[in-house]
Parts: sequence; C-alpha cells; structure tokens
Amino acid sequence: MLLLVGLSAFAEQPAMVKVGPGVYRPIYPAAASQTELTLPGFLLDVTPVTNGALLAFVTAQPQWRRDRVKRVFADRGYLQHWEGPLKPGEADPDQPARFVSWFVARAYCAHRGARLPTEAEWELAAAADETELDARRTPAFRDRLLAWYAQPNPARLPKVGAGKPNAWGLHDLHGLLWEWVLDFGNTMISSDSRDGKDPSGRRFCGAGAANASEKDDYPSFMRIAFRSSLEGNYTIGNLGFRCARDLSGVTR
Amino acid sequence: MNQFKAVAVAVAVGLWASTVHAQAKPIQAVLTDAPAVPPPTGRKAPAKVVVELVVKEVTLPISEGVNYTFWTFGGKVPGKFIRIRQGDTVEFHLANDPGSKMPHNIDLHAVTGPGGGAASSFTAPGQRSQFSFKALNAGLYVYHCATAPVGMHVANGMYGMILVEPPEGLSKVDREYYVMQGDFYTVGKYREKGLQPFDMQKAIDENATYVLFNGSEGALLGDNALPAKVGEKVRLFVGNGGPNLVSSFHVIGEIFDRVYTEGGSKFQENVQTTLIPAGGTAIVEYKVEIPGSYPLVDHSIFRAFNKGALAMMTVAGPDNKAIYSGKELDEVYMGDRAPGPSPAPDRSVARAAAELAGGKLTLETQIAAGKTLFNGTCSVCHQPTGLGIPMVFPPLAKSDFLMADKLRSVAIALNGLQGEVVVNGVKYNSVMPPMSNLTDDAIANILTYVRNSFGNVGEAVTAVEVSKVRATSARPAGAAH
Ligand code: HEC
Ligand SMILES: [Cu+2]
Repeated sequence: MLLLVGLSAFAEQPAMVKVGPGVYRPIYPAAASQTELTLPGFLLDVTPVTNGALLAFVTAQPQWRRDRVKRVFADRGYLQHWEGPLKPGEADPDQPARFVSWFVARAYCAHRGARLPTEAEWELAAAADETELDARRTPAFRDRLLAWYAQPNPARLPKVGAGKPNAWGLHDLHGLLWEWVLDFGNTMISSDSRDGKDPSGRRFCGAGAANASEKDDYPSFMRIAFRSSLEGNYTIGNLGFRCARDLSGVTR
Repeated sequence: MNQFKAVAVAVAVGLWASTVHAQAKPIQAVLTDAPAVPPPTGRKAPAKVVVELVVKEVTLPISEGVNYTFWTFGGKVPGKFIRIRQGDTVEFHLANDPGSKMPHNIDLHAVTGPGGGAASSFTAPGQRSQFSFKALNAGLYVYHCATAPVGMHVANGMYGMILVEPPEGLSKVDREYYVMQGDFYTVGKYREKGLQPFDMQKAIDENATYVLFNGSEGALLGDNALPAKVGEKVRLFVGNGGPNLVSSFHVIGEIFDRVYTEGGSKFQENVQTTLIPAGGTAIVEYKVEIPGSYPLVDHSIFRAFNKGALAMMTVAGPDNKAIYSGKELDEVYMGDRAPGPSPAPDRSVARAAAELAGGKLTLETQIAAGKTLFNGTCSVCHQPTGLGIPMVFPPLAKSDFLMADKLRSVAIALNGLQGEVVVNGVKYNSVMPPMSNLTDDAIANILTYVRNSFGNVGEAVTAVEVSKVRATSARPAGAAH
C-alpha cells in the first residue's frame, strides 16, 4: 500500500500514500441520491504540511509571504507565530504549518502539482485507526478523538509524524491539529464565500436528518461544525492542511 | 407587586425612550462571575448596551483532585451574568479565544429572532463576531452555546444567564446571588481523581456523574458559602443549564417567600421546592430569619449527596430571638433515615437514665444511649458514620479537633460552633447550631458515644462535666439554657 512519491524538486514535501478506493457516507448528504459516495483511489500526504515546507513555498512564491499577501486571501493572523516573513524562528521546521488560510493551503498544493483533499476524501482517510480502515464505530477510537477535541490547544504543537500511522499509512489526521479541506464550507468553491453560507443552516442544526446509526458520531459532527465556522481567509492556530492528488497524477 | 407587569406599556415606553436616547453614549455592560450579580441598571430609560464576552476552553477542578476541560463563556462555569433593562438595544460581541479547539456561538433565550443569535454569533477560534438585538421581554433567561453537537457544548459548561429587568426594576433586596445548576458526564466515576474526559455515552444515557451548582463541587461550600445576615432579604437568580436534568431546587430550612417561576413575570408565594427546567430559570426570594447553615440542593436528593448538587448559605446572626436547634434540618433529611416502626422499642436511653440514677452507669450503656441520641440529633449533619460531608460538615470520626479537648467538645455540642476550624488538616468555616435544649446526661451520652466510635477512643463524659460547662460557658442568645 505504501506508495512513495517523494523525491521531487520540492525537498520538503511529504511522502504520499494511496488511499481508497472506498465508500464515504456523509452525515449531511447534499442530495438524497448522495448518501453514499464511491471515491476512487487518490494520493494523500502522509503528514500535514510543515513550517519547513511552507517556508520553501513562500520563498519561491513571495506573493504568499505574510507581509505581501492580500487580506482577502489571508487575514492578519497569517503565520503570526513566525518571527519574520521568511523566518519561522521558534516555529520548528518539523511542526505542522498553522495560521494558514484556505487560499494559502490551496496555492501551496497547486505549487506542488497537487490539490487539497475534498471533505469526503479527508473523512475516508481519517476514518481509519491503526488497524481498521473504518473504525468510526469503534468506541475506543471515538473516545480518543472526543478526548482530543475536548482539550484546548497545547502551547506548542508536537512535530508531525510522531506515533503510529493509521491503517492507510497516514499520520496525524487526529490529535495534532485541524486540517483544511477543499470544500470546507460547501460554497467555498464558488467565488463568494460570504453569500449563501448559513452556518446555522442544514449542516448545522439538521442533526435530525442524520440516520440513527450516525447520530452518535460526535467526532464527525464536531469536524463539520468546525469547518462550517470558517471563511477562506481565516488563519487559526490549530488549523493546518495536507495535500492530495489524483492517482492519474502520479505518472505525470 | 408584580415585577414584570405591564409589558405592553413598557415596550411602548421603551420604544419611545430608545428613540429619544438613541444619541446617548453606549453603556458597557458590567459582567460578573457567579455567584456575584451585576448591580441593578438603575436606568429609567432604555439604552444601547455593549456586551463583550470571550469564549475560553479551560481546565479547572470539577471536584477535589478531579479536573475537567470546561468550555466557558468568560472563563468560568456558569458564564458571565449579564444584566440589562427591557427595551435596551444590546450590541453583542462574542470572541472565541485563539487557544480554543472549537468554534462556538451563543443562543440567548432573551433574544427574539431566529436561533436567538446563534447563527450571527458562530465564531471560529481566534475570531470575533458581533450582532445586535432589542430586549423586548423582561425576565431571567438562560443563554448557551448552540454549536453542534449542542449537547456536548452545553455539557461542557457553555451556559449562563441574562436578566432583563422590567422598566420599574426589581424590588430592593439586601443580597443577590447567581446560582446555576448543570449536569456533567465524565469517563471516570464520581470523584475519580485526575483529568476526566467527557463521556458521550453517559451523556446520551442521561447518566450524570456530577450534578453541580456553579460548575464545581464545593463552588459554594466552606469559605465559598453564600453569606447572609439574619433579617436580610435574599434573592437568588437560579438557572439550570442542563444539558439533561431538571432541577428540584430547594433550600433546606427555608421557605421561599416568592418564586418567579421559570424566570417569568408572575410569582408564587410560600414555595418549598421549585422546578427548574433544563434551559430555564427561577427567581427565588426569601428573608433569612435564623442563623445557621442552609444547604441549597437539588431535591432529587441523591444528586445532592452522591453527585455534588450541594451549596450552602451561611446565615450569621450574633444574637437573635428564637434560634431553632438542629431539628429544623432533621425534618428534611430524616425522611429516609428516620427509624420506621420498630418491633422492639429502643430502651437504651431509658436504661442509661436508670443506671445513672442508680449510680452505676457503665461505658457500654452510655455508648448505646449516645448512639440512639446521636442518630436523632447529630447524624443529620455529621452522618451516621461520623464521616461528615466533605467541605460541609466536618468529620467526627478520627477528628483531631474533637479528640484534642474533651470539655471543648462538650461546649461545642451545647453552644454550637461558628467560624473557622481545622479538622484533620481541612478547613471548615460554617455554622453549627447550639444543642443546649438537650439534657446534661443526653449530651454526656452523645459525646461518650462519639468519642468511642468511628475509630475514636476516649474516656467517658459525665453529666456533671456537662453541667459545669453549661454553667460556665456562653450560648448564643435565644438558645435554650
Ligand atoms: C446542623 C448541622 C449540625 C448538627 C445537627 C451538628 N453539627 Fe457539629 N458541626 C456542624 C458544623 C457545620 C461544624 C463546623 C462548624 C464551623 O465550621 O465552625 C460542626 C462542628 C462540630 C465539631 C467540631 C469539629 C469536629 O469535626 O470535630 C464537633 C465536635 C461537633 N460538631 C459535634 C457535634 C455533635 C456532638 C452534634 C450533636 C449533638 C452535632 N455536632 C450536631 C454541623 C452540625
Ligand atoms: Cu460551544
């Protein structure tokens, strides 16, 4: 399963592994016909993108430096934990990049010839624990996630890649920081993120729409709530990202 | 007089006044942590009021040696108390601390509008939102977080209260306190030490580990008990955050003169226990007449003794008329402890009296009589086991304080005890009523029992000794001689 795709010009970029194909059942299906999404296989970064990798990116594409970026693309908090625009300082190169906006994350992935994973892809990848590909109904796994969600952020985040990988070979999907997904607000793909986004709307209060087996999938509810609180230019201290790529992209 | 009367007129007046005062400078709302309540607005007309609330996720003790990560409106559970006036226009700022893991929002039951502000206040970590509303209805309202999964946000402590005063304000009282009940669900058992995570399954099963007033066991006990003085009028703003349980709110030894049920405009008089729904409130008023300790409980009584739903009001009164001894408290607790009809009547007290008269009272007889008397008099507070109730009633079992001085313990039983005492290294600061209505030999037997039970070993106390202490020590005025 471990299919390494490193060794590009981008020395810092994380290895990727193949995830899927698989079936993802969204808690709030976009339409009645979409209660089950069959996802083709895709590649996903083994770890979240690090400060080191992001430094290489903003050096190569200075329009994304924190002192040059447009406010609509990243709010004032962007990379606030760095000492300077090109100087992570205290921020360890192996710690996950955080205080990054969705626009920054998307541009970084594009720079690598990749993209952000969709919510469905991310959830499929994150449903695995160390042994099972779909552990969402495993009480111990669920408890572990809830315990992490219930804790405030630590002052310093650990480095990426610590601990055991999940059954897909992925690290840190849980327990380190939140991650951006491509379609986090369902409307982000369209140009205006503010219109039509009702955080109290269907995905938010519509718990009644969830079928009974998923009503106690609190971790999923919490991720959905988190994502729906976001705007594309927000930068948050416990929100990072990793990149994905279509399988066809391997043989570029 | 009805505090919340004439709502329609008031709104009309409010609307008029608010246009008149539209130019006036906005007022920054005073917010308080429980049990404090902001002062009355004292305003004759509505105003624009700015409320700034910061959501923080914090790890705090939920019980002694037990920590829990609370999600809070302002750093404590319950959240900050907000006090405004009917007709006010509130500009509400909700910030979510950058250290937060979760997005949060606020649904104020005082808001008329979809979601009570929830949609407009949905705030990611490190962000801040703003919305405005006009307080159309007077009353005491709960606010809470409504972010999915709502139950978990509420179970973690995301609630508080907002008081919307009627135009004429509330009647004057001597003290106002903010008390809010909530149920908590931890993976570990009640009082299991360490950092305890939220237990989703227990929450779904409505099987609370803790039921608490003001977010931690002991929040209103010991040094933190709510003080009052004899003769004062007290008003409690009582809320119930839930998420699951309904509160049977009761103050042991008090009758509520008035209860504004459900925080609304009408009051009921002479109430013993008032029901407070999850997500609901009550305003409770009473005059304290007699010094002593008054436990506030959820009268679903196992919650009080086994889950933490216990707070205390300590009424100090240097000297007052009819001080009532122990009995008043007995009545409430004794229900489940009072001896039922027993086939063989307990003759231990009579036997002790006979032996004493005959001049050959044995230690065994004294202990047997003392046990019977203790269980009708002292066990209500100190418990039949002598272990007391942590932070409320000190233990007699292996009590260094008790055993250090025999005659002092006689004086305590006769005259009661107030102020700070340290028992086995733990500080208590409460009030024990005098028991001087008991006879010398009854007190002698009780103390002989107490000093020779629960692991204590000591010499007998004689009626002569008690009578000497009675003759030479002072009792609070009003206590029996
Ligand atoms: C209404 C509740 C109540 C009752 C009934 C009561 N006590 Fe107490 N007792 C207390 C409280 C409260 C304290 C602590 C007072 C303080 O903090 O100053 C206390 C303290 C004591 C102490 C000293 C502290 C210690 O633990 O050694 C002794 C001894 C004592 N009580 C004995 C008795 C005896 C004997 C009786 C029955 C005759 C009795 N009490 C009945 C509430 C009560
Ligand atoms: Cu919340």
